[in-house]
Amino acid sequence: MSDTNPAVEIAGLHKSFGSFKALDGLDLTVQHGQVAGFLGPNGAGKSTTIKVLLGLLRADAGTARLFGGDVWRDAVELHKRISYVPGDVNLWPNLSGGECIDYLTRLKPRGDKARRKARKAELLERFDLDPTKKARTYSKGNRQKVALVAAFLDESDLYIFDEPTSGLDPLMEAVFTEYAREAKAAGSSVLLSSHILSEVEKVCDTVTIIRAGVAVESGTLEELRHLTRSSVVATVGSDPSRLATLPAVNDLVTSQNGAGTRVAFDVDNNAVGEVMKTLTTLDVRGLTITPPSLEELFMRHYGDVIEPETEKEAS
Amino acid sequence: MSAVAAAAAPRRTALASFTGAGHLIRFMLRRDRIRIAVWTVLIALLYLGSLAPGGEYSVLDDDPEARAGRAATLSSPAMIAMGGPGYGLDDYRRGPAAANELILWVTIALAAMTILQVVRHTRSEEESGRSELMRAGVLGRHAPLAAVIVQVLLTNLIVAVGSTLALAGVGLDPVESAIMAFGIALGALVYGAVALVTSQLSESSGGALGMAFGVLGVTYVARVIGDIQEPHGSALSWLSPIAWVHQTRVFVDTRLWPLGIAVVVAFALLVLAAVLASHRDFGAGMVKVRSGRADASPLLSGPVALAWVRQRTALLWTALGLSAMWFATGTILTEVPNMLEAVGDNPLYDQLLEGSGDEMVRIFAAFIAAYSAFGAGAYAIVMMLRAKAEEDATRAALVLAKPVARLRWLLSGALVAAVGSLVVLFAGIWAMALGGYAAGLDSIGFGDFTGLALAYTPAVLVVLAFTLAVYAWAPRASGLAWALFGWMFLVLMFADMLDLPDWLRGLSPYWWVENTLSDPMPVSHTLGLLGVAVALVLVALVGFRRRDVHG
Repeated sequence: MSDTNPAVEIAGLHKSFGSFKALDGLDLTVQHGQVAGFLGPNGAGKSTTIKVLLGLLRADAGTARLFGGDVWRDAVELHKRISYVPGDVNLWPNLSGGECIDYLTRLKPRGDKARRKARKAELLERFDLDPTKKARTYSKGNRQKVALVAAFLDESDLYIFDEPTSGLDPLMEAVFTEYAREAKAAGSSVLLSSHILSEVEKVCDTVTIIRAGVAVESGTLEELRHLTRSSVVATVGSDPSRLATLPAVNDLVTSQNGAGTRVAFDVDNNAVGEVMKTLTTLDVRGLTITPPSLEELFMRHYGDVIEPETEKEAS
Repeated sequence: MSAVAAAAAPRRTALASFTGAGHLIRFMLRRDRIRIAVWTVLIALLYLGSLAPGGEYSVLDDDPEARAGRAATLSSPAMIAMGGPGYGLDDYRRGPAAANELILWVTIALAAMTILQVVRHTRSEEESGRSELMRAGVLGRHAPLAAVIVQVLLTNLIVAVGSTLALAGVGLDPVESAIMAFGIALGALVYGAVALVTSQLSESSGGALGMAFGVLGVTYVARVIGDIQEPHGSALSWLSPIAWVHQTRVFVDTRLWPLGIAVVVAFALLVLAAVLASHRDFGAGMVKVRSGRADASPLLSGPVALAWVRQRTALLWTALGLSAMWFATGTILTEVPNMLEAVGDNPLYDQLLEGSGDEMVRIFAAFIAAYSAFGAGAYAIVMMLRAKAEEDATRAALVLAKPVARLRWLLSGALVAAVGSLVVLFAGIWAMALGGYAAGLDSIGFGDFTGLALAYTPAVLVVLAFTLAVYAWAPRASGLAWALFGWMFLVLMFADMLDLPDWLRGLSPYWWVENTLSDPMPVSHTLGLLGVAVALVLVALVGFRRRDVHG
């Protein structure tokens, strides 16, 4: 298992549950030291892919390798080099959070004890987690934190995160992003599954978008930049018709409400500044800008590309 | 509440706290409709099979000798433990026989069904968060409680009507049939009320079930000991809801007032449950959860240690509870020969028990040991199926994503379950021995008791290995383990009644275990059982290596 092999290498992966095709020829590669975003709507096959990588599910066809090793046969050896955080963490209800963390990390070969102890204290503080509470009393977000602390306590060559921030507040999301970046800086690879584009945007070098078990788009963030648009909703006092003339403004809708004219439109992210200049001249009384969800992107950019895919699926 | 909110508060009536109960009941009945039908049919079949022409009891009405013979055997402690307090033994026709021998089993079965139903619809729902979803809807505070009460009432009513039809259908007096069937339903409802209380006390459904079944076990033993102490039961018997049904003397000299105790106690328990329910927070138990340690003990390292930490409390209480039960039963071992004398010289008796009072003690002790082995078998199944619970709750995935081989994970669970079930087995049999010694028993040595526990060891391991194999290949078919358990129990209790051929009896691993207090266990049986256990473990390992682990 030399380091010339990619951290993750999936080719033509198939997996069915009964008559349902969860994966239908998926390709995915994560190079060494890369942080790869793995995007797709619910049910697209992200979790199935990850469970195949973890050797929990057995693929029907295709290859799945971690560091060049077979994910099914070499599972135990490979798991020494990885950390995994599921999207919905369940813990042992009668253990405390601290006990769960220690139990999980002790399943891997241990390093320097004192250093780990300090690291654990630091992670608990950063994630603001009380380790003495029984796991059954934790909220979903706190259970998630337990798994994240356990994962970042291990120094792994590859971190696999399956929607790791579901249930976390934005503050904790930021802490997660920070540690993910730190892992990358230390030379580790990361596979981050998510359906929140902004989260992926913050840390990922490459992005693979999957839909109905196939990768429909794959590339660096720069290459995929054209996909990202933000939604803008504003209430303005002046006539907003000038906005319609800007090329970066899409799908403009205007309506009257008590406070003025309500405008809603989408803007290409690289042109936000320019559009804002125009907007600020319009006597802005209220403004929200939200990054698009992946589902919206799919609907806007893949509507016609995806159709044949789903039809093929149905037949 | 602020003044604004108070002004806008909706009209509050006593009935409002039950809003939505009707809706819930329909929903519960829908979820349970198959279970209810199966229970009703099974119990009716039990009555039909044993009382209809050709059944176990069918000769009693026409044959005075058969009546006398059967009545004589029913005075032995072992038969009292399996039967009833012995009303109507002087003219032991089908009706008194059904009341004396079947009330116990049907009440226990229905009580178990009711306990499971109550916990499933209350504490399990809360634990899973499903009822939070429902409580947020238009649903009164007491609605879930009221709904589950109505639901178990309806279920037991349906079973009682089915039972009445079956009993009257084979020609028994319809009024007496109804009294027996509804008496049993009332007894079961008392246990349902107990489960409703334990569901408020414990924060986990496992805890609620454990406490309720503990009450069932203790009250069963109280009845056994009480009925053995005195014909027709001593004061101790009257502590048991099962005895209240027996004490109606149905089909013999019927009186209804003992059922009044059941009604009063059930009602008092319901009130207690309602009070507890309105004094606790949603999702919480009466017993608050303490906080734990920030760092795990150095011993908590590896799947074996975790399985042990997860099981030790359950093991402690199971072993303690069952041992207390078997200890109490052991104290009556020495009374067994006296009872033999009380029965007098009966040729059939002598033949059945080969005459000696000593031998009778041995047979009774072996009978209790078999019960203890069933406790160990049930423990083995419950703890082995924890592996399935771990997988369903996605905790298995969390561990298997670490450098932990699948087989290591699976065998860790099996090892701890095996050790635990053997602890339950040995502790039970030793407790019975100590109970016997405390009461002056000297005809059976401690080594002989240990030998009996050893004889059961491979059979208990077969039960465990079977559960392991079923889980490893098809976790969704895990119910098969309980099917085996049910079959084993059927073979122990009813094999002769149903006239089962040996090959069917042999499907029960316990059937191969000799009463080593009387006869040595053939080596071939021990080796055969061990061989089957090893083979099943190997089958399990092959299966678990191949299949998908979910979560």
